[in-house]
Amino acid sequence: MFDAGQSEKLDADPPAWPYAATGQQVTRRKEGPAVQALDDMTDWAGLMARVRDHQDRAAFAALFRHFAPRVKSFLMKSGADATLAEECAQDVMATLWHKAHLFDSSRASVATWIFTIARNRRIDALRKARRPEPEELDWGPTAEPDGADLFESRQETSRLGAALAQLPDKQRALIERAYFGDLSHGELAAETGLPLGTIKSRIRLALEKLRQQMS
Amino acid sequence: MTIRHHLSDQLLMSYAAGDLPEAFNLVVATHISLCDECRAQLAAFEVVGGAVLDRCDLATMGDESLTACFARIDSLPNTPVTARRPARRDGLFPAPLAEYVGVDLGRVKWRSVGAGVRQAILPTGKGASARLLHIPAGQAVPDHGHRGMELTLVLQGAFRDDSDRFGPGDVEIADQATEHTPVAEAGMDCICLAATDAPLRFNGLIPRLAQPFFRI
Ligand SMILES: [Zn+2]
Repeated sequence: MFDAGQSEKLDADPPAWPYAATGQQVTRRKEGPAVQALDDMTDWAGLMARVRDHQDRAAFAALFRHFAPRVKSFLMKSGADATLAEECAQDVMATLWHKAHLFDSSRASVATWIFTIARNRRIDALRKARRPEPEELDWGPTAEPDGADLFESRQETSRLGAALAQLPDKQRALIERAYFGDLSHGELAAETGLPLGTIKSRIRLALEKLRQQMS
Repeated sequence: MTIRHHLSDQLLMSYAAGDLPEAFNLVVATHISLCDECRAQLAAFEVVGGAVLDRCDLATMGDESLTACFARIDSLPNTPVTARRPARRDGLFPAPLAEYVGVDLGRVKWRSVGAGVRQAILPTGKGASARLLHIPAGQAVPDHGHRGMELTLVLQGAFRDDSDRFGPGDVEIADQATEHTPVAEAGMDCICLAATDAPLRFNGLIPRLAQPFFRI
């Protein structure tokens, strides 16, 4: 167990990446393909489990270092100034701590889950709007997700990222604008050329999970 | 419930991205509460959001940002936020709609708009408006000139136009180009949730009842 003081130290200068996948050379984050590869290999869901089960501050710090700058950047692209984006990014990460027990790694990757929290924060704080949510499904007694599920949901986010990267610039920019909250539904509907079906076909997990659930 | 008319990819993506006005969000959330197919599609579009987030460049965090975040965490009581329970549907309305109108028909504050048709306008934010419609069996659906985009979700009964039937759970997506005269099916009164981004005429809403007892 780590206390806050140690976490600060970790933040200032991570001596080692405590939960990186084995066999990876631990590199200081900053840039470059090697770091990207490391991020892909990092077991974010495992870190979430440590936050949930042990209130593990070092695990949280690792999640924070990866996701908070992205959430802040996401919110700034959505129109928040740096101060508000910083505030909201901290809120989003604090929500991740408090709602860690709601994260189901068999249903979504950590990135996807954090996206939904950041999106809702944006709607709330920036748009001051209300967002009705669907009823929750009764997923039955929660079994521990097996390794295949974990691998699959993590893979999906990277597969999607790769698919986005391959789109023509104009299409990718449009989709990103939509997710930054910068494209109205009318504008999106007018873009008939977007390969939404193709994008969706990259994602099997959600559909398969539901089918299993219903069978 | 066999649903034949689903939400479009564009609507699902806009909902996943958080780009819809509240009234459309309400129709989408209500349909998804009834439709596992669209629920799965929505999950797919949320994965796209995860990928977009993951591809974002890295903003510079403030000094002591993590410390500030831990302070935020510690300032809140450590009782875990309770999980949202799967809603038990007591009445006709799925949970997201019940939050606006109560769990069942008895709670709805209907206002007559003539010829037996009643409506209740729901309090939603700017950009689009939502209302519940109660159309007697056999009656034409009122005010059906589409001036913008209109989503109509059937909750009870059914309506038909020349080419299609919309039963419980089905959602009709209409725009200015849609020209038809939907009629509530005989046998059971039709209840729908409708949302439009065209300005609603709160007064002088005159049902088009040219052929009120058109039989099917
Ligand atoms: Zn559907």
